Amino acid sequence: MVTLKINEHEAKVAEGTTVLAAAKTLGINIPTLCNHPDLCVAGNCRVCVVEQKGARTLVASCATPVSEGMEIQTNSLKVRNARKHIVELLLSEHRADCTKCYKNQNCELQTLANEYSFGEHIFLDLTEDHNYAIDRSSPAFIKDDSKCIRCQRCVRTCAQLQHVSAIAVSHKGSEMKISSFHDRPMSHVVCTNCGQCVNRCPTGALTEKTYIDQVWDAIYDTDKHVVVQTAPAVRVALGEDLGYDPGERVTGKLVTALRQLGFNSVLDTDFTADLTIIEEGTELLTRLKKVLVEGDKTLALPMFTSCSPGWIKFIEHKYPHMLPNLSTCKSPQQMFGALAKTYYADKRKLDPANVVSVSIMPCTAKKYEADRPEMRSSGYKDIDYVLTTRELAVMIKQAGIDFRTLEESHYDSVMGVSTGAGVIFGATGGVMEAALRTAYEIVTGRPVPFKNLNIMPVRGMEGVREATIKIEGTREEWNFLEGAELKVAIAHGLVNANKIAKAVSQGKAQYHFIEIMACPGGCLGGGGQPIPTSAEIRQKRMEAIYAEDMHMDLRKSHDNPEVTAIYQEFLEEPNSHKAHELLHTHYTERESY
Amino acid sequence: MKNKGLTKVDLIFETVDVRKVMKKAFEMTSDEIIQQVLESGLKGRGGAGFPTGLKWKYTAAEKDPDKYIVCNADEGEPGTFKDREILDKVAPKVYAGMAIAGKAMGARKGFIYLRGEYRFLLPQLFVELHKFHKMIAEIGYDFNIEYRMGSGAYICGEESALFESIEGRRGEPRNKPPYPTTSGLFSKPTSINNVETLVTAMMIIEKGPLEYVKLGTKDSRGSKVFSISGDTPVPGIFELELGMTVQQFVNEFGDGDTKAVQVGGASGFCVPRKKFADTIIGFEGVPTGGSMKLFNSSRSMYNVLHNYIDFFAEESCGQCTPCRVGCQQLLKGIEKVKKGEAKSTYLNELVKLADTMKVASKCGLGQSVGNAFKSIVENFREEVIY
Repeated sequence: MVTLKINEHEAKVAEGTTVLAAAKTLGINIPTLCNHPDLCVAGNCRVCVVEQKGARTLVASCATPVSEGMEIQTNSLKVRNARKHIVELLLSEHRADCTKCYKNQNCELQTLANEYSFGEHIFLDLTEDHNYAIDRSSPAFIKDDSKCIRCQRCVRTCAQLQHVSAIAVSHKGSEMKISSFHDRPMSHVVCTNCGQCVNRCPTGALTEKTYIDQVWDAIYDTDKHVVVQTAPAVRVALGEDLGYDPGERVTGKLVTALRQLGFNSVLDTDFTADLTIIEEGTELLTRLKKVLVEGDKTLALPMFTSCSPGWIKFIEHKYPHMLPNLSTCKSPQQMFGALAKTYYADKRKLDPANVVSVSIMPCTAKKYEADRPEMRSSGYKDIDYVLTTRELAVMIKQAGIDFRTLEESHYDSVMGVSTGAGVIFGATGGVMEAALRTAYEIVTGRPVPFKNLNIMPVRGMEGVREATIKIEGTREEWNFLEGAELKVAIAHGLVNANKIAKAVSQGKAQYHFIEIMACPGGCLGGGGQPIPTSAEIRQKRMEAIYAEDMHMDLRKSHDNPEVTAIYQEFLEEPNSHKAHELLHTHYTERESY
Repeated sequence: MKNKGLTKVDLIFETVDVRKVMKKAFEMTSDEIIQQVLESGLKGRGGAGFPTGLKWKYTAAEKDPDKYIVCNADEGEPGTFKDREILDKVAPKVYAGMAIAGKAMGARKGFIYLRGEYRFLLPQLFVELHKFHKMIAEIGYDFNIEYRMGSGAYICGEESALFESIEGRRGEPRNKPPYPTTSGLFSKPTSINNVETLVTAMMIIEKGPLEYVKLGTKDSRGSKVFSISGDTPVPGIFELELGMTVQQFVNEFGDGDTKAVQVGGASGFCVPRKKFADTIIGFEGVPTGGSMKLFNSSRSMYNVLHNYIDFFAEESCGQCTPCRVGCQQLLKGIEKVKKGEAKSTYLNELVKLADTMKVASKCGLGQSVGNAFKSIVENFREEVIY
């Protein structure tokens, strides 16, 4: 333990603790900008400078470890003057059109400006000296350099959490900026649209591309029938943008709010999550049989999940030779979209041309996914608009809905019934667990041998997890799997996905089935989720997801009566020709830069 | 204030038997070498002036089996060109300094980070290096040197940015602590020394510290190679004993009309004529890495200042706020004042900004922008405004 004094108060903290963290233990708040709990220390914004007795200069509290006998002042005149100057400097190069900015009132620079800079600006406006570009090329997000304060959170996110490095620092001095490879548009680089940078940007420099107005237009168009689907992770996070603490489940209120917004039908992505399990589980078992028993060389193992569009784009860029290893299943969002304008429209006797399909996603990459040319198997654009959890919160506020006082209600039908297996898609390991609950039962006729169906070995927040499930007592047609050990792996965050992909690519990993989610924690930590994010917040959301699962009447995808019905009425059987037409897809090799 | 007067010295470029010095150092223990350098009072010749013996001692004390000695030959400070001359004339002495440092610290590997514009020196430097490696191997040294090239960024002369550059990343200064002596190049204990420092250390081993401390003053031991430019009839490289006043320097090198001397380059201090007699060149007065620029009355000090700040605004790495934005504000601010678009009192705000940059910037670049800015604005305020 190290003893130090901060503002005359004594603190005892572990060696290696930063001054910033030590101050926090005393309830002393030091402002920060470049610092983020998920990222390595940068120490470049300098907002957190403090005075250390005996030091020649002020020190960045986020980057300075404590030492024995250290004496720190966090609020001396010298510190205040420097901090005010630093905030003023940042404002002088920031195009502060706050009232028009999407991040208005959710901007860390604005918060600091409120505290440190009022009245006349000290310094000259530098924004007029730079010709900043606004990159709107991605369907998922907008990069506006005129709002950028060069904190490099996005750069660190892209490199450290995602192993993508689509953005990096280029140029130096006054020209220094965050840029892509050769300044190409973001739509033409390795960017996976995961939005993790958007989620961590302290200002309005990186924001999701919003489709709020288009959705309002559709809702108010009386000729249109607007269906909305909600992803599993939205219900455990939306509350954070509406005044609730992290981890609050707001499913029932969410449904009511959507109905009040004017959507004609409020449906659930969890339904197609269940459907995904049937399609993907069948695909896996078929692949295992064909490869292991029949020696089919055209199919690849291990099989990777395909529901995370960030992961899909990542593998298309970085490991295109492994595209055959991807499940051909579309993501639940896109399965839903294809069915909304076919099955659903038929059932409701609607002209699919008049159906507008909206999805509420924890994700920015879903916006890109919906725009992929292959996602038009209904004959129309399967998903018209994708909104993030944050955009939905904005709509709820715009509509003047008092969310807290809303009654809870249930999803509409058809395509609104789901199981706990569908809900847990929102957490890392959830797809694996849902798949195992079903696949094990298909093969053996018995439920998975875990208490309350909770397959604990695949759960958790470790970046890469492995599990082995022994299959015993198989049914006749699956007896080639008798005694086999099904080896599975799970990774979340693309830096971890890369570890597994690399190992598989080099032939160093022997798995059968691998679940990959592009974002830390899975969809619950998606780029479209409420800001801020941290390991603690994601943990709370994860607990909420599993609590939601435990509260469901049905826990296994194959028990979903609407899933049974859709096969009887429409799709015939899993992996049928029709299922392939609507629910499966193909992938595209992309450049590696 | 007492001073030593102006005395020319021949230490750095003196011809010595390098093999003999290397043999002598080989017979010495690590502690003996470090002790001699400590006793000599040698401070880093790149400009910052950290005691060389201490740097070696701290690095030697680290337990890691892999350590590095890095020679900083990025020489980017405007107005210095002495390291080029040293490498051109006495490269084996630089190599010897590195090998001796390596012996003292237990480092078997050295890197020379050479300024990109000095690439033309490489063929000859490689010839000398090959001979040197052969020679020390015969004596029994287990030590090897490699060159790494800079690419023109001033910031890469900053030690931690230099490491980043060698490691293949963008040259951006790191947070300190940890300092290089505990975690430097490739996160290993590293001593990084200027070209001239290494040659001086080698000469201290050759002559012994007692001989060396006869030169210079208490705070500034020894001699120093100066790069002299500007309004002088004798521009060039001169090795001088430390401890002279600016006046004595100007008497020797001025053109009779010197109104200011910029000591230490763009990151150094501007000394006006009225302070020549009272200012000692050295750590007790104005320190310098070697750059001495003389200005006569035909020069506009506004232009001088503008040139320096423009340089910093371009050469800042851009990562930290005070330096990146501060430099732009200083530059735009003096332009506005000059054009009459801002009040002359705005200079006072800019001086306060320079103070913030000094205490809040991440590295030595941003921290020293204020030196030139303040010393020129304070001493030549009228020239800056009108």
